Amino acid sequence: MTLPQILITLAMCALATAITRFLPFLIFSSKRPTPQFVLYLGKVLPGAIFSMLVVYCLKNVTPLQYSYGLPELIAILLTAGLHLWKRQILLSIAAGTVCYMLLIQMVFVA
Amino acid sequence: MKQKNPIWSAFLAAFPCTIPVLTGYAFLGMALGIYMSVAGFSVWLTLLMGLAIYAGSLEFLAVSILVAPYAPLQTFIVSLMLQARHLFYGITLLEKYKDSGWKKPYLIHAITDETFSINCTAEVPEHVDRVWFYFFTSLLDHSYWVIASIIGGVLGNLIPFNSEGLDFVMTAMFVVIMLEQWLKDDDHSSAWIGLIASVGCLMIFGPDNFLIPTMICILAALTVLRKIKTKVVGDIK
Repeated sequence: MTLPQILITLAMCALATAITRFLPFLIFSSKRPTPQFVLYLGKVLPGAIFSMLVVYCLKNVTPLQYSYGLPELIAILLTAGLHLWKRQILLSIAAGTVCYMLLIQMVFVA
Repeated sequence: MKQKNPIWSAFLAAFPCTIPVLTGYAFLGMALGIYMSVAGFSVWLTLLMGLAIYAGSLEFLAVSILVAPYAPLQTFIVSLMLQARHLFYGITLLEKYKDSGWKKPYLIHAITDETFSINCTAEVPEHVDRVWFYFFTSLLDHSYWVIASIIGGVLGNLIPFNSEGLDFVMTAMFVVIMLEQWLKDDDHSSAWIGLIASVGCLMIFGPDNFLIPTMICILAALTVLRKIKTKVVGDIK
């Protein structure tokens, strides 16, 4: 690609991303009251979104092939268990990440 | 007595919330910078991408789009599909970002999976200005990403330790946030809907195409759920 083509391609990425970010705010501007259904969605969506994001992070895990998703499962159980116990956000995240790194670097070596 | 600057106290409240993102973005941003420079692109393009697009998954994809033949319309459509989840974030943040004045365009531009998660769930302390808090989480996260990608582009492969698996910090963060949301909600039907829809769609459509079907299923299920609930409430009345 030439430089103008590269810049246009990046502009397309930026434009599409901006549309997905700004559209809800443009449609439901603060001047008009937001429809009840959209307010309802705003309240209930987070629960579903966070489930979706966790699955999204794990989308490339292969439960039927080596390493059978075991490093991910163990690290997530540790993260969640520690979090339920201590409720220290940073501690849970750090412990889960270090556990995962040790597992894939030393235990489940490909 | 020491006067407390409201902007400064918002910064102090926001910074600790962004530390997991700092770790994750430092790693992923550097990886992107290295990837871009290995593919032969100038660090200025990495900077431009980080400022204007600012979306991890799409920027990684953009590298492979840039080395492929020129196809702007296809790029536009693929980007729209990949980024469609921002629509959900926007709907959720409508009320929170209302009345944020001049900061609003930037707050919206800086929406990412991670910043959305922080601003959606963080319990901003009473004495802290909410809008400034949102502004600083957004600005800090954005800076981490841009700075890390530039460092990656300039220094290349100089990470002094085996960082394999460090990207799990994002997964761990979403697990913790999901758990926090779960503990906060009395009704877990939405979390179950999200889980079942995404696992189901992942199995049917595969890892590269499951987000849009998942979002459609979630919307449909939540719509039905609301109908059922209002009907039950109506019946009780």
